Amino acid sequence: MEILVPTLLTIITAATPLLFAAIGEMVTEKSGVLNLGVEGMMLVGAVVAFATVHHTDSAFLGILAGILAGAGMSAIFGILVLGLQSSQVATGLALTIFGVGLSALWGQSLVGVAYEGLPKLSVPLLSDIPLVGPLLFNHDILVYGSFAVVLAVVWFLGHTRPGLVLRAVGDSHDAAHAIGYSVLRIRFFAILFGGAMAGIAGAYLSLAYSPLWIENMSAGRGWIALALVVFATWRPWRVLVGAYLFGGITILQLHAQAFGVGIPSQVMSMLPYLATILVLVLISRDQNKIKRNAPACIGKPFHPTA
Amino acid sequence: MLIKLVRRPEASRTMALLSPLIALALTLLAGIVLFMFMGANPGEALYAFFIEPLTSLYGWGELGVKATPLVLIAMALSIGFRAGVWNIGAEGQLTLGAICGGGVALWFHDTEGFWLLPLMVICGILGGMAWAAIPAFLRTRFNANEILVSLMLTYVATLFLSYLVHGPWRDPDGFNFPESRVFNDSATLPMILGGTRLHFGWLLALAAVAGVWVLMARTIIGFQVKVIGEAPAAGRYAGFSINRVIWFTLMLSGGAAGLAGLVEVAGPIGQLQPSISPGYGFTAIIVAFVGRLHPVGVLLAGHLVALSYLGGESAQITLNLPLAVTGVFQGMLLFFLLACDVLIHYRIRPAHAVAVREA
Amino acid sequence: MTGTNEETPSDHLLALRGMTRSFPGVLANDDVHLTLGAGEIHALLGENGAGKSTLVKMIYGILKPDAGDILWKGQQVSISSPAYARSLGIAMVFQHFSLFDSLTVFENIVLGMDKRESSAELRREITEISRHYGLPLDPDRYVYTLSVGERQRIEIIRCLLQKPGLLVMDEPTSVLTPQEVEKLFETLRQLAAEGMAILYISHKLDEIKALCSRATILRGGRVVDSVAVEHETPHTLAAKMMGEALAAEPEPKAHTPGEIRLALDRLDVPSANEFGIPLRDISLDVHAGEILGIAGVAGNGQDEFRKAISGEVTVAAGQVRIDGTDCGHRGPNARRLMGLSSIPEERLGHGAVPSLTLSENSLLTSFLRLGLLSGGFINRSACDRFTDEVIEQFRVKANGAQAPAESLSGGNLQKFIVGREIRQNPELLVVSQPTWGVDAGAARAIHDALRDLAAAGTAVLVISQDLDELMQISDRIAAICAGAVSATYPVDRVTMEQIGLLMAGASTLEHAAEAGHAD
Repeated sequence: MEILVPTLLTIITAATPLLFAAIGEMVTEKSGVLNLGVEGMMLVGAVVAFATVHHTDSAFLGILAGILAGAGMSAIFGILVLGLQSSQVATGLALTIFGVGLSALWGQSLVGVAYEGLPKLSVPLLSDIPLVGPLLFNHDILVYGSFAVVLAVVWFLGHTRPGLVLRAVGDSHDAAHAIGYSVLRIRFFAILFGGAMAGIAGAYLSLAYSPLWIENMSAGRGWIALALVVFATWRPWRVLVGAYLFGGITILQLHAQAFGVGIPSQVMSMLPYLATILVLVLISRDQNKIKRNAPACIGKPFHPTA
Repeated sequence: MLIKLVRRPEASRTMALLSPLIALALTLLAGIVLFMFMGANPGEALYAFFIEPLTSLYGWGELGVKATPLVLIAMALSIGFRAGVWNIGAEGQLTLGAICGGGVALWFHDTEGFWLLPLMVICGILGGMAWAAIPAFLRTRFNANEILVSLMLTYVATLFLSYLVHGPWRDPDGFNFPESRVFNDSATLPMILGGTRLHFGWLLALAAVAGVWVLMARTIIGFQVKVIGEAPAAGRYAGFSINRVIWFTLMLSGGAAGLAGLVEVAGPIGQLQPSISPGYGFTAIIVAFVGRLHPVGVLLAGHLVALSYLGGESAQITLNLPLAVTGVFQGMLLFFLLACDVLIHYRIRPAHAVAVREA
Repeated sequence: MTGTNEETPSDHLLALRGMTRSFPGVLANDDVHLTLGAGEIHALLGENGAGKSTLVKMIYGILKPDAGDILWKGQQVSISSPAYARSLGIAMVFQHFSLFDSLTVFENIVLGMDKRESSAELRREITEISRHYGLPLDPDRYVYTLSVGERQRIEIIRCLLQKPGLLVMDEPTSVLTPQEVEKLFETLRQLAAEGMAILYISHKLDEIKALCSRATILRGGRVVDSVAVEHETPHTLAAKMMGEALAAEPEPKAHTPGEIRLALDRLDVPSANEFGIPLRDISLDVHAGEILGIAGVAGNGQDEFRKAISGEVTVAAGQVRIDGTDCGHRGPNARRLMGLSSIPEERLGHGAVPSLTLSENSLLTSFLRLGLLSGGFINRSACDRFTDEVIEQFRVKANGAQAPAESLSGGNLQKFIVGREIRQNPELLVVSQPTWGVDAGAARAIHDALRDLAAAGTAVLVISQDLDELMQISDRIAAICAGAVSATYPVDRVTMEQIGLLMAGASTLEHAAEAGHAD
């Protein structure tokens, strides 16, 4: 029993960055844009957040800086794919390669710097309830924030007019343009949101999960987040489920390693990646399901006044 | 919007050739700004980065050594990209090529023979192909996205190599360092230029350039690749099998990456180590685009990007600049290239030159 | 000023003066004038490429004019966006609908509304309008489940909800059966009687005679005339539309059909996904020397039908027979070697690869039949030679065999594709929408080529949404509806109305007659 709560808590910390990154990418994709640069945006978010906290001692400023850094990276992507009509796949890859290099450069002086981690915000009284208390009511602000973001996205996409417009743009940019919506502007905002969420995911890694800066510390989480969006068939609640599933796998293999199960640690570390492949296969097998749920315009360029 | 894009009636060939050059110029400009921010003298830094590595014959040899895996991989990737098959797990296929080819060298570590190297080459290629066969199978059979699958497999491959050199393949006389035995002489690629490390693999890369050129320009397979990449529906109409093209391009790029991995461990490295590539598999994506997905372009771009690796090392030694500058340069080059490519399909006009009333 | 008008501009609901708009290489609209009053149904008439769509896009604020003035109710306005056009009271039904497949009817309507109102109120209004104008619609259905006619209803209701003063309709009948057309006209007449102005874009002369009071005729981006329709005949309108009168198309000749070239035997193709149409139990013979026309409204399985015959989709062996040999399980190239050629509806991206040269596009379908390969290598000079022949024989306007396909105009590219297939001497040709979006000269050339081919003994199957076209060139005709094909009839024994019944789903005319009696 005494191992259960800590395990569940670590699952939450492992799931939170995936959740942020995936929910942001989902919104971007809903508008019809595929941004493969999540990994790069996360890394830049992580290093900028960590550097900011290191210099200002303010967790708030650190998180804000991470958000801005992720959004800034995505803005480069947005200008290229929307303004200059570059290929979404190629530009996303470029964003990741650039982000890996840039974060390594900026993080050079931060390697080995310590940080005590984001403060926990306990909900008075509720956090004292045994089992439930520590699990649900004693977290840092970003964990609460991740759930708030999911709720907000559910509400925005399903119950607001701008959300409806965003879905419509992803479904048919030509029709949206003909009715008079600014496809490029809407997509740009969706890209910025995706970048901001990737940035916050990175900030979570360097400020709460680790908390420190290591080169390439996202270790493929940005790519897993992309897979999660497919796994979730572009639905926010399922993104939540998927993020926690993967958080669980990551943590379980770590615990298994710690307990010295007779399997080499490298093989255990492969599990999250292999699980991602498995999940992709299971979900993609049904082409109809993907086709029904995927935004019809995803990846297609749009040039107005055609 | 201050500028307006006006679509050209047909793609501009001039711009297709000019765009990488403009991108290179912009990258250098951005580099100057970057170096100034880092407190280095831009003139010195650019010299250290782009000129100094080439001031000796040894440096030119190193350029070929670094360019070899890049050209090999990028050449094959460019065919896949033309077909719209996005193998971005070349790094993993490279690793598997190194493991399989290197495994042969370790198995026969006390045997010498002219046959050993060819056998290693074959096993390296097969290893890379096998690794690429996984995304090919999952894509054609289950429609699973090859970008994500091939990328995930890169992490798996790296972990697998790490396991091998930490465990079963560790050099018994190696003081517990996570490294394999050093390959024997007949398992090492011959050098082709005295006083340098330039090895036989570079010639293989040149041969690959010629082969790919013929393949794309003259054969029906190359034609199928182009058609399927540009217009899949037209490909089906013509009776081409998309699945076959997916398999073909992934096998080709997997094999090439496997060969590149083998060339690295049988060439400059000479043994298996936890890290055998500074990200050649990813950098090759940049090379493929900068080279316009064309064999000759890839050959030139491969050497250009190889220079950025050498430049990073040189700038680290002489100016104490971080090695990560290399990655930033490569990323910027690709960004600028993608931005400049707009000129191929569009003319840029100032918005006021067109008599419109903006909202 | 048009000069034909004595009234002051303020009498007009809409007046256009000197509208000009160019695209790279084309002057799409050149000094266009047009006036329109309340309650008037005004035709905008012109061939494909005459500039009709450009003009209405400027009226609706999608395109900005290079020069010219728009007067709305006597006031000069600058229509910068569709939203502004709607706020003025201008509504538009698009030729290619501006609908979102994955959303519901209701969501689609909401997206087209500028003012925010409660959804209960909007639903009430939708119900009211759909009852008043006889346009039944279920607001909670997903659009991808609807027929083309139903989709058009969404667009119309979306427009009517805004209570517009002017309704612009871009080629609205190209997707309807003759019966649906009649129903649409009733609705439009009712709207006009209630005071709405309607700008009706078409190139179909009979429709304009039946519906419109005035017509403005565009040719090559310029207004050639503005006329009162009652003083015109379809012939005079056609002469104005085309400039020089084309010789009338020859009447279909009585023919003696040869042996069966293509036999479909209970062809069944399940739909690849829910956006597609399954083919159901299609049996059909096409004989040597005849042209068989397949009529049908868009989206009834035409594309699936052509793919099943061409081999792009394979089925059980016996369901498709060419010259008596089972080939349902064979792919496109095996069927090409049996003498089949096919031409898809979509030119760029299906029939031809936009960025590749014409020579490479020749290779696309001819590499086996013309023996252009040796050991996997392409014989490029033979390929160029063949391409030059096609360009010359079919008078394709192109910058040689090395010109990219995307550099050709729609009509020229279609001539090239048709020529590419015909030059390979097919014994069986399946062609979809042969003259879609093509100017009259090219359409005529393509029709002649198809007739010549049939006269030389080839079996020709033409799938088209243009009923007039099929009546002109076919020997026999059938209709496709919801993936099923009706019985076939000699074209001189059926009327447009009867084909309309087949297009609406009657399997035979006898059935249609019985159903008519039962009502």
